[in-house]
Amino acid sequence: MVEFLQFTLSGIVFGMIYAAVALSLVLIWRGTRLLNYGQGGMAMFTTYVAIEVVYRTGSYWAGFAVALAAGVVLGAICQLIIIRPTMSKPPLNAVIVTIGLLILLEGLAGIFYGGQYRSFPAAFSITGLKVGTTPLGVSRFDVFVAAAVLATTLVLGAAFKYTNAGLRMRAAAFNGTIARLSGIRVARVLTVGWALAGLLGALAGLLVSPSTFLYPNSMDTIFVFGFTAAVIGGLDSPVGAVAGGLLLGVALSYVGGYLGSDLTSLVALGILVVVLMIRPGGLFSAVRVRQV
Amino acid sequence: MHTLPRRLGLAVVVAAVVAIASIKLGTFRDYQIAGIAVEVPAVAGLTVLTGLSGQISLGNGAFMAIGGYTTALLLLHLSWPFIAALVISAAVTAAAGAIVGVAAARLRGPYLAGATLMLGVALPSLAYAKPGIFGGDQGLNVLFTAPGFLGATFPLTRWQAWVSAIVAIVTVVLLANLYYSRIGRNWRAVRDDEVAAALDGVNVARARVLAFVVSATCAGIAGSLLAIVTGLVAPGAFTITLSIALLTAAVIGGLGSLPGALWGSLVIVLVPTYVTDVATSHGLSSSVGSNIPVAAYGAVLILVMLVFPQGIQGGLRRLVTLFTGPARTGRNAPAPHVMPPAGEARASQHEKEGTS
Repeated sequence: MVEFLQFTLSGIVFGMIYAAVALSLVLIWRGTRLLNYGQGGMAMFTTYVAIEVVYRTGSYWAGFAVALAAGVVLGAICQLIIIRPTMSKPPLNAVIVTIGLLILLEGLAGIFYGGQYRSFPAAFSITGLKVGTTPLGVSRFDVFVAAAVLATTLVLGAAFKYTNAGLRMRAAAFNGTIARLSGIRVARVLTVGWALAGLLGALAGLLVSPSTFLYPNSMDTIFVFGFTAAVIGGLDSPVGAVAGGLLLGVALSYVGGYLGSDLTSLVALGILVVVLMIRPGGLFSAVRVRQV
Repeated sequence: MHTLPRRLGLAVVVAAVVAIASIKLGTFRDYQIAGIAVEVPAVAGLTVLTGLSGQISLGNGAFMAIGGYTTALLLLHLSWPFIAALVISAAVTAAAGAIVGVAAARLRGPYLAGATLMLGVALPSLAYAKPGIFGGDQGLNVLFTAPGFLGATFPLTRWQAWVSAIVAIVTVVLLANLYYSRIGRNWRAVRDDEVAAALDGVNVARARVLAFVVSATCAGIAGSLLAIVTGLVAPGAFTITLSIALLTAAVIGGLGSLPGALWGSLVIVLVPTYVTDVATSHGLSSSVGSNIPVAAYGAVLILVMLVFPQGIQGGLRRLVTLFTGPARTGRNAPAPHVMPPAGEARASQHEKEGTS
């Protein structure tokens, strides 16, 4: 029973990280109908930036802040330089460009930092919390992870709902042509979308790296789990992305805990295929859209 | 090369060139020929999948793993002749491709690429999960020897190069037949406009699954060749980087072009070797040398897609047209379209208009 509780709690923590990745994918997907395969690579890269800053300044929070800013800048730059020119071309070109972005960033990280695993500091203690004498299986840092993703999600959600900029983004995502006719500078809005996605990805990289180590491919698995979470939730739905992340995190935590950690990615693949077979639009999609 | 005799003639010429090169040049060239011949079927299968049927797979490295491990297990435990192991490996990979492909048929681009990426990430972990069967991190050794009738002095690398080259050529000839058959036309119809294809009586789902199965089978054949050429199958050889290298080769060569698959394979086999040599001779560490090609793949994928989507084969074709003029007409005329042109672009136009 205690074990079950521990697996559930740590599953929720990892689920929040998958949710952050899923949200970043959903942000871009809603705006441009493009899945950004470079998202994991961008998150990996900004985390290296964080390591560099932490090493030079000795301050974790300086590295944290710089990495988030780097995520915003990297997202915006990528959209402006390599994604925008593909928008007039067939969709497959943009997909291949984001794959190119992923492997370009991984290659650069390998050139600059080598392939070895690096440990990444955590903001708070990583010793397990206890209630009385019962270990909960989560640490103070894990609580921070969940809180940070939750807070970011709520702030973004509120911004989308209550600010003019958020309204513009929703309009652009809903129908680009009409939004543009109403005077919204859709191209700029899409760049902002990528910047926000870069921020979320950077956050995910910072939060997951203390437990996975950092190396050029370290975000590959996190990315595919984030993608799976986004698909479970339906690529269109931010709420679905968070729910999908939590579901996947808890499910994989049980698999890893009871059956062995080698099986987690295989089970995630199984979940992905089953969801796609049964509800290709995701568990939380309201309307079924037939793309013609 | 649009008729069967011409295709076969070309295949014989390529085979002769490979044989002469293999005999004239040394063992190291044999090794390189084998390395290129291993990639060709996988790249050709992927170029057909992406360029013709408009689907994208980031998991063909995983299908290569299935083919490679099947071959290794059959050679190791049952001591089958290689050709039988190759056929069974292709069949097993085709079955695996069908399972993924049935899911894939319902998936539009991003879902398919994501699902295959997941496959590419997840499948190698099976080798770690079942070390008793798959040998874990160390992988399995593959027993492959040159047959006795060639004499004791016949170098093994040459035999490996010949076997792989023959298998690669046969695979490409078969793909070329598919390319110009009814099936190939159906794929192109589905790629260009699903609705129009369906109205014309093409079974869209079946066409997509079949393209996926064909591509997976080709990857399985390549994996089987890889097993005998390297003498080892291990999970480290079948990473996501392999899948993306295959995609890079297909894109560089020119998506949808079978000759392009050869050019692409040449590039992804020879360039990394060359770059690593240059980097180490300039005193750079091996991790830098091995990562430069990776970064270059990324840069090339981006640049080719932005600037020159027809790849090498498109460039060659343009050169030829420059000298001969656009003489070809009718059935022979158009270069295979690299990307889904008007149809699919129109379908998602409303999402993209705002960005122009």
